[in-house]
Amino acid sequence: MEDRIVEKDFGDLAVNMGPQHPSTHGVFRLKLYLQGERINKIESFLGYLHRGVEKLSEKLNYDQLPPVLERDDYLSPTSNSLGFVNAVEKICDIEVSRRASYIRVLVAELQRISSHLVALGTYGLDLGGALGGGASLFLYCFREREKILDIMEDLTGTRFHTNINQIGGVRYDIKSDSISKINKLISDLKPILEDYTNMISNDEIFMKRTKNIGVISKKLAEESGGSGPILRGSGINFDIRKNKPYECYSEFDFNIPTGQNGDAYDRTIVRMKENVESLNIVQQIIEGIPEGDIHSRKPLKSPKLTRPPKGSSYFSIESPRGELGFFIVSDGTSIPYRMKIRAPSFSNLSLVEKLLPGTFMADSVVILGSLDPVFGDVDR
Amino acid sequence: MFNSFIEFALPIFKTISILILIVAYLVWLERKVAAKMQSRVGPYSVGYPHGWLQPLADALKLMTKDDSIPKNSDSLLFNLGPVWIMVVSLASFALLPFYFNNPMLNVDLSFMLFIAISSLIIIGIFISGWSSNNKYALISVLRMTAQIISYEIPLVISLLIPCILIGSLSFGEIIRYQEDTWIIFYPLLGQLSFIIFFISALAEGNRIPFDLSEAESELISGYTTEYSGIKFALFYLAEYVHLFGICVLGSIIFFGGSNGPFFSSNILIVIKALLFFTLILFIRWSFFRIRIDQLLKFNWVKLIPLSFAGLLLACLLKYYMDFSSL
Repeated sequence: MEDRIVEKDFGDLAVNMGPQHPSTHGVFRLKLYLQGERINKIESFLGYLHRGVEKLSEKLNYDQLPPVLERDDYLSPTSNSLGFVNAVEKICDIEVSRRASYIRVLVAELQRISSHLVALGTYGLDLGGALGGGASLFLYCFREREKILDIMEDLTGTRFHTNINQIGGVRYDIKSDSISKINKLISDLKPILEDYTNMISNDEIFMKRTKNIGVISKKLAEESGGSGPILRGSGINFDIRKNKPYECYSEFDFNIPTGQNGDAYDRTIVRMKENVESLNIVQQIIEGIPEGDIHSRKPLKSPKLTRPPKGSSYFSIESPRGELGFFIVSDGTSIPYRMKIRAPSFSNLSLVEKLLPGTFMADSVVILGSLDPVFGDVDR
Repeated sequence: MFNSFIEFALPIFKTISILILIVAYLVWLERKVAAKMQSRVGPYSVGYPHGWLQPLADALKLMTKDDSIPKNSDSLLFNLGPVWIMVVSLASFALLPFYFNNPMLNVDLSFMLFIAISSLIIIGIFISGWSSNNKYALISVLRMTAQIISYEIPLVISLLIPCILIGSLSFGEIIRYQEDTWIIFYPLLGQLSFIIFFISALAEGNRIPFDLSEAESELISGYTTEYSGIKFALFYLAEYVHLFGICVLGSIIFFGGSNGPFFSSNILIVIKALLFFTLILFIRWSFFRIRIDQLLKFNWVKLIPLSFAGLLLACLLKYYMDFSSL
């Protein structure tokens, strides 16, 4: 029999959750020290999906980077390239045409809805299991997401990694018949999203599992660098789209939904309400999309590499998961000298160590799911 | 001697083969209903109309899989677990008059014996989880034991209410009593005991929202984590046999068994049990799972007091009626 050190604060049993586990939202290892069903202490291990994107970007041209960076947060690819091209445009002082900006926002907002639908669907799996009601919610969410992906295909030729953002503009223009398709999507999705919100907010078991679970106080949310739905779920009205508008967000009229208690329930409801706001933005975009060029550098006979002047810039956007920032240092060549990505999932995930101890083992999955981390984004 | 053995074994063989056939198609039914609820098609390509050969394909696949026993596990208990569960859940069907005109084992206290036999399943589950040498399986069986022990109380008491109203513990007697009206139509007590029975049957049959023992979001797949191949198939089969047994029990005690509005036949028991099973399926594929402490609290604070109140009411009613008829 092996010797074991049993310390009081470690508990009876150490259980691994992940990296291969049906519930984890990717490859994340959580070591739970249990006392009965209660968690005494946790240890988390990151880095299973580390692909060295920041180092890789020191080897690639600026123009090659947007498609690479889209693989970071693989549930909302467009927001990654959107943040990056904005950061580069900030150094180079490139003005983007309004039409291009509208198209960027259109794709980003559609992808925000699809990302939040995945968040809700996988949350269903966390709560109800893959062989039960959770699977039903999951499949319904993915069914609706499919409609958005169809629109993406129509807009950009690709369903998922749209690759539409380029430094200076967008790659593809909107076709004339896309507008009616998007209109149909909006009229399809609006009642459905409302339905789903009602469905989960009237579900007794859903409320029992999520209310007062994983409560993040305002103070903790501010101190830990949480952003996105985590911050807004705790009642802090902060959204970069509104507080520090980029692209053409200042031209649209939309609300920032907030929660009160900062529990898992509030975060889910905030995501659902954000979907409706995003649909409103999409509606306003297709009603008021201006005419004009979609690219500031076109037409070019022979493509020229982007060479930003010496200097650095930081630009942050509101991705579906929170503040996604790109810090770029340029030495005047066509390759970044250094790039740092401020990933929202990483800061949000750091809350796990504060939230999990003292809760039940079953709640750990619920809390982790409500933070909605994407491990491509966490590990980069 | 050989003839008498055949005489003895034939009904057992018949019952078991029919049961396994029914259960195989229960799995198919479940997959089809779930697919319908999730706007999918479900099994389709194995067998022409709607993949009707799928259960056979599943069974063949599980039989050909590699069988592995985890290191440092108690292999005797590890192998005994699935066999125990299968035998016990099949044995309880000896008492149910579900296909033949008479049950194989005709005793006066058949209801009590049925409950006693089917409650032995937890021992099989416990030894299989304990001997797996796996933390998830261990936590799963600890949860499962707490759950089954606490939900057995309201289950039995809710079934005792009709038995007290009827005045018998034998299935034959219970069915005969319901020729005029089914117990479910008995004012107040019928509905009350049915609701309690239904909730605790979900917990007893280990279905969502009470399927905590195989909560795959935290416990991988609970006590069956280490099992593969035919042993896993036995668990799967036994779970459905047990659930079907509970459905048959419900159809006998609350829905009049073989008594129907137009005709009376034992096939009605099976049909009612299937309808009951479909109701459980609808619940399974539309609810989330609740937490273990909420599950136990719900049982001890709400279900058990309610079931005891129902029992008391039934006793008083029976006493008053008997007294007035004297």
